[in-house]
Amino acid sequence: MTDLAPPAEAIGCAHLWKRFGQVVANRDVSLSVMRGEVHAVIGENGAGKSTLMRALYGIEPPDAGSVRIGGEIVARPSVAAAIARKVGMVHQHFMLVPTLTAAENVVLGKEPWLGPFVNRRRAEREVAELSERFGLRVDARRLVSQLSVGEQQRVEILKVLWRGADVLILDEPTAVLTPPEVAELFDVLRGLVADGKTVIVVTHKLDEVLALATRVTVMRRGELVASLDPRATTAPELARAMVGRDLAAAPPRPLFTGESRERLRVEHLTVARDDGSLALDDVSLSVRGGEILGVAGVEGNGQSELALALAGLVATGARARVLVDGHDVAHQSVRVRQELGLGHVPEDRHARGAILEMTVEENVRLGRQEADDSALALACKRILERFDVRPADKSVPMAALSGGNQQKVVVGRELLREPLSVLVAAQPTRGVDVGAIERIHAELAHARVAGKAVLLISADLDELLALCDRIGVLYRGRVAGCVDNEFARRAEVRAEVASLMLGAGT
Amino acid sequence: MIATLLSLGFFAAVVRITVPYALAALGGTLSERSGVINIALEGLLLFGAFSSTIGAWFGHGPVAGVLGGVLGGAALGALYALLVVTLKGDQIVCGVALNLFADGITRFLLKATFDSSSNSPRIDAWGHIGTTLILVTVALVALFHVVLYWTPFGLRLRAVGEHPEAAASLGVHPARIRWAALVLAGAVAGLGGAWLAADQRQFVAGMSNGRGYIALAAMIFGKWRPAWAAAACLLFGLAEALQIVLQASGVGVPAWAVQMLPYVLTMITLAGFIGRAQAPRALGKSD
Repeated sequence: MTDLAPPAEAIGCAHLWKRFGQVVANRDVSLSVMRGEVHAVIGENGAGKSTLMRALYGIEPPDAGSVRIGGEIVARPSVAAAIARKVGMVHQHFMLVPTLTAAENVVLGKEPWLGPFVNRRRAEREVAELSERFGLRVDARRLVSQLSVGEQQRVEILKVLWRGADVLILDEPTAVLTPPEVAELFDVLRGLVADGKTVIVVTHKLDEVLALATRVTVMRRGELVASLDPRATTAPELARAMVGRDLAAAPPRPLFTGESRERLRVEHLTVARDDGSLALDDVSLSVRGGEILGVAGVEGNGQSELALALAGLVATGARARVLVDGHDVAHQSVRVRQELGLGHVPEDRHARGAILEMTVEENVRLGRQEADDSALALACKRILERFDVRPADKSVPMAALSGGNQQKVVVGRELLREPLSVLVAAQPTRGVDVGAIERIHAELAHARVAGKAVLLISADLDELLALCDRIGVLYRGRVAGCVDNEFARRAEVRAEVASLMLGAGT
Repeated sequence: MIATLLSLGFFAAVVRITVPYALAALGGTLSERSGVINIALEGLLLFGAFSSTIGAWFGHGPVAGVLGGVLGGAALGALYALLVVTLKGDQIVCGVALNLFADGITRFLLKATFDSSSNSPRIDAWGHIGTTLILVTVALVALFHVVLYWTPFGLRLRAVGEHPEAAASLGVHPARIRWAALVLAGAVAGLGGAWLAADQRQFVAGMSNGRGYIALAAMIFGKWRPAWAAAACLLFGLAEALQIVLQASGVGVPAWAVQMLPYVLTMITLAGFIGRAQAPRALGKSD
């Protein structure tokens, strides 16, 4: 009888349980999402949000409990059953075929026919109409590989809409977007709701929840801990509900008191792409000890290449100079750079940062190949403690850790390197939960106070504003400008950086 | 020698050599576009040559021979699909195993059927099937292009070869698509084998003689596109025919150096000298 749904419910579940081995991912979750809501589901990584969404969408049917769609219990939950009931999901990692066009990706598996052929013209027309109607700007005839991340996401949403979805589940939709793209996505989502659709958004960015949602569900450790009206709550309250305690206030920025000498100097750094165009075009910059230099920019303007070039993972032009404490390493091996004290937190945790199949200890050993066992054990102990990695067990495989905890291990491995003079951190908090972000931020600030030079590359402007002394902006592979991050002028700094990101400096 | 190169006979030789390459390369293109490496082309050609011989011998005619080649190739293709799609075996290992298997089983059956360890008797039942098969090959090249780029099956096949999870999330079954691709690839490579047997009017043990690997190289040279793969096969056919002419003309080049020509071309191709090719992204991944 508790399973009876309220009349205008779009989708929901009752007493839902899901276990993975020893871990309870969802514990007795009951949720009800009304028609026309923008329902935000928030929580730290590992709180069970994605598992819950996957259960609702039928990817991973629950161990116990029931899923309701349109007020009726789904007897045998499956993706097919969800699609048939007009539920669609936009995954965090896009499910797009890069060599097909946007329209082909949308109609794949349900192609309109013209005789024995795919009716490409009709597919393109329908996708164009749909994109016009909901303001999802994308050229239906372009290959997905040529689309920006934001456009790819629009293709994903179009896929779901074209299949007639009334309920849209979006898993971390803003994680990969630039601020203007986020604003545009929110406009689209509001338009969808105005059109009578229901939207569920999984996120851990609180300001987004407050800007968009009509209802917020908070999850913690697999349980549903609160259901709130965002208009009557504040960001700190939400954060407290998510983490289960008060988050530390924005860390004050104590100054480095030692002698501040230049620790990283980059001159004439040029990196070519495979097609011969320049990803970085004559970039010069300098970071002093006790300073965090932020690097902002719209994705694809050379940030990734900058991190890779400094770490020694891509070839640089002959004129390039990269000085670490005065030693030119521009054409040196990764090994030499590490020995001179250059640490690197890679942008993509899975591709370069960690080997998921190996244990935490083995991952810490990477870059410390010659450390003896006791030194390695000490390094592991320090990382696990300093970064509060859970579980605090160096013998488990990395894959068993949540994304946030994996990232803590990676950041810890680089930050606690001996010696360390320069840390290049590329998107160190992308896709990780608030608790991990807080910890990583605190440690970056700590490195600054300890006199290290930190180059922080981030797509998150708030992160740069909170941590950096100066913020440089990359635009089309060049340094478009550099802004002193004066605390008192924060709003102006933000505006200056944002306009540089869009090319105002050139 | 120039006159020889411009003669109709030389052109015919080029086409004759090209046909089995082209058919095997088409099969390779289809299976690799679906995400499955097909190093078994060599074995498919050889097995097709044998099964077509059986067909032509017992069926007393070229149609039975062609049918035998196609069905034999399809059967071996199905075995390959069972190994690498259903049982998720390593594609290179299973492909090599299949090639060794094809070599062994054809020798065994040759002995059992014709009581010879080297070749079958001459089979005149093949008649003049050659011209027809050339036309069929040209038609198949066009057909494969149309199927791959214009039909829903082709769209799904390309999607499965690039991003099987994305295709699966839209209700396309990667395993079924790959089964279909591998059986079709086996059938068309088996037809290539039938050509070999028909051309020589007999089956000779090991008669595929590395053609499957050259077809694989041609497929890569053609960047996994049917028409371009066939064009690459034509180039390899030209190199091989040239080699024969050079040897016959007694030009002062050692025979072994001339014989290397097609293989050197293959290596240059595979080393990526002629433009970088982008393989299907899911190629070789068993999941």
